[in-house]
Amino acid sequence: MSTENQAVIHVHRDDVGARMGMWLFLLSEFLLFGGLFLMYSVYRYNHQHDFHVAAEGMNVFLGTANTLILLTSSLTMALAIAAMQKGNKILSLTLQIITFLFGVAFLVNKFFEWRAEFRAGNYPGSPILTAKPSGQILYYGLYYTMVGLHGVHVIVGMTIIAFMIRFTIKGIINKDNYVKLENAGLYWHLVDIIWIFLFPLFYLIT
Amino acid sequence: MSNSSIALDGNGKLPSYLIDQGKHKGILAWLLSTDHKRIAILYMIGVLSFFAVGVSLGFLIRLELLTPEGTIVSAQAYNELFTLHGVIMIFIVVIPAIPGIFGNFFLPIMIGAKDVAFPRLNLLSWYLYIIGGTMILLSMVLPGGAADTGWTFYIPYSVRTGTNMVFTLSAVFILGFSSILTGMNFLTTIHRMRAPGMGWFKMPLFAWSLYATGWIQLLATPIVGITLLLVIIERVFGVGLFDPTLGGDPMLFQHMFWMYSHPAVYIIIVPAMGVISEIIPVFAHRTIFGYKFIAYSSIAIAVFGSMVWAHHMFAVGLSNNAEFIFSLLTFLVAIPSAIKVFNWTATLYKGSIELEAPMLYALAFIFLFSIGGLTGIIQGALNVDIYLTDTYFIVGHIHYVIFGGTGMALFAALHYWLPKMFGRMYNKKVAKVAFWHIFVGFNILYFPFLIMGWLGMPRRSYHYLPRFQIYHVIATVGSWVLVAGLLIMFINLLRSLRYGKIITENNIWGGESLEWKVQTPPIAENFEEIPVVTAAPYEYKENDEPVLEKEEIV
Ligand code: HEM
Ligand SMILES: [Cu+2]
Repeated sequence: MSTENQAVIHVHRDDVGARMGMWLFLLSEFLLFGGLFLMYSVYRYNHQHDFHVAAEGMNVFLGTANTLILLTSSLTMALAIAAMQKGNKILSLTLQIITFLFGVAFLVNKFFEWRAEFRAGNYPGSPILTAKPSGQILYYGLYYTMVGLHGVHVIVGMTIIAFMIRFTIKGIINKDNYVKLENAGLYWHLVDIIWIFLFPLFYLIT
Repeated sequence: MSNSSIALDGNGKLPSYLIDQGKHKGILAWLLSTDHKRIAILYMIGVLSFFAVGVSLGFLIRLELLTPEGTIVSAQAYNELFTLHGVIMIFIVVIPAIPGIFGNFFLPIMIGAKDVAFPRLNLLSWYLYIIGGTMILLSMVLPGGAADTGWTFYIPYSVRTGTNMVFTLSAVFILGFSSILTGMNFLTTIHRMRAPGMGWFKMPLFAWSLYATGWIQLLATPIVGITLLLVIIERVFGVGLFDPTLGGDPMLFQHMFWMYSHPAVYIIIVPAMGVISEIIPVFAHRTIFGYKFIAYSSIAIAVFGSMVWAHHMFAVGLSNNAEFIFSLLTFLVAIPSAIKVFNWTATLYKGSIELEAPMLYALAFIFLFSIGGLTGIIQGALNVDIYLTDTYFIVGHIHYVIFGGTGMALFAALHYWLPKMFGRMYNKKVAKVAFWHIFVGFNILYFPFLIMGWLGMPRRSYHYLPRFQIYHVIATVGSWVLVAGLLIMFINLLRSLRYGKIITENNIWGGESLEWKVQTPPIAENFEEIPVVTAAPYEYKENDEPVLEKEEIV
């Protein structure tokens, strides 16, 4: 990249460095979930039957819908960056807003899914869940913890995108300086990828 | 901090970073500064204040143990004391100390950069650090009392105890986040900001050590982050992931805790080794022996150190195979550390050694760290450790490696670099008096730990058998000598900031790395022009004279 050196020397701006920092941070984030994936494997190995029974009760329809939503939102995010590179500010802005709305849709779905689980009595400490075999308690414990932590990441990602929308409107992000948007995109892809792992673990493998 | 008195003295120098140049003035010019040098000073104030608190708590623990029954505090207060002491010393003092203070200040200068890669993130790291630290202090005074689980937060007690666990755990989580950001910042800085000509193998070894540390911070910290978060979730929502009554496995907590906390000991020690690698060649007036071995051994430590965590769990009933493998790996991880020790010793050999204060502390480091490392190998032996674990032997080991290692390196670094940072020299005679108090006090305090541990004195115990009292009394007396030494040292250093002899030369000790080529104290931009590096960092000419004259006026 010929622009790379220029950026370093003249403008005190280092896009490659900014991206590298983001990748390093994402690595760290991935390891945060790594600890939970580790727990999942250990407990699944120890309680295969209970995990099987508990996973049967999941709402696969809502899970699949959310997977599609997140995958599409990753696409719109990538397109928003491409549009910005081409200098099409309005298109980029629209795509960013769409990505944000997909995030909202994901959370709304999640809300209904959790509400159904709670009404069925499958929440930590409830008499119904506590009466179940310990493997199922662990399954739900992992489910709420991992999906919940992922949900927090969705919210963080949406907050970041909201800032990007603001920066785009103000012109801070523009055709020549879009590394912030790229990094926001990277974060959003991380949120997506983690879900891609969570989805089969909790909904598909029964 | 008294920057007006340090301001330039009309020597034709450029205004240093100590003089406000941005849009803010006074205290705000510090609290909102993104200059890596000012952030380093902020870290220094933070770390040294928390260190003072930690030392006071340790002092109280020693007083309590003067007699086999209760002496000055209740049993519950005693549990809180050793927990706070451990949490403060590990998470708030030694983990951030050297990277936060000297890494921030000197890493950019050493590699010829004007700042770190992400200056604002750097300031954020400091704020997170201060928030985390303050929360720990608050946990002492809030109703419920400070955590009483020991710094290891073992399940299930950490879920059951009524003390302010959530508060303490959140604080450690926030501190971890701060540490991750620092690691990421330094990694990017080293990758992207080296001056022209500053190849990887032209970097000073301190920079190498921060590089290895950065990776450990980045990769290991999230694991403990999630583990502590799970304990919080466990306490607040009762999900049962660790709680055995709900099917959870407390052993899994220990695995995940040590998966971080063993690598964390390298976050603690590797930067310290970097400091020693800087100081030894300067005061031996010789090129460092085995530069590449030292550089690579930092990386080797980072890699192998991540595979030995279960040596903290030999007594919990792992499978025989697992215990065997972890024991073997533990022996192997001692090799890279030993390589460094041999290289430093080889550097000293036939050098013209100058026993200035920084060098004294560096030599103390080698001596004490070797004792710590050797006791570590003893514990690494499976059958021996079954007997030694949870005794005072472990506590002795911890203090020899962490205090004798990182603590001494921190003091060495203070005496080595503080004059550069503030442009004033401390009283060298007093510095040596302080050193000997610290060194002697240290050994009187901690060597009995090893002996009584070997004889069976349990760790974290409020009452003990009368036959151990003699060792406790000796140790407590040692703590008085040590604290006296620390007081002399800090008063001497603090005084020097205002009254010390003004230093005009750039190269105070005759070092060859870049920080000795810039102005004392450095200008805000570090370099008037980004340097082009041609020489290796430790190329000493035959007749290098120390630049500062031996006499001094105080
Ligand atoms: C030669 C290298 C080392 C070896 C072989 C080694 C080995 C060990 C072993 C086997 C234990 C566990 C003892 C037990 O709980 O039964 C231990 C404990 C410990 N080590 Fe090391 N160690 C080494 C260096 C270090 C360093 C460099 C540090 C820190 C800078 C360190 C800090 C600790 C701490 C904090 C503990 C105690 C943890 C606790 O509270 O239970 N060690 N070491
Ligand atoms: Cu260890």
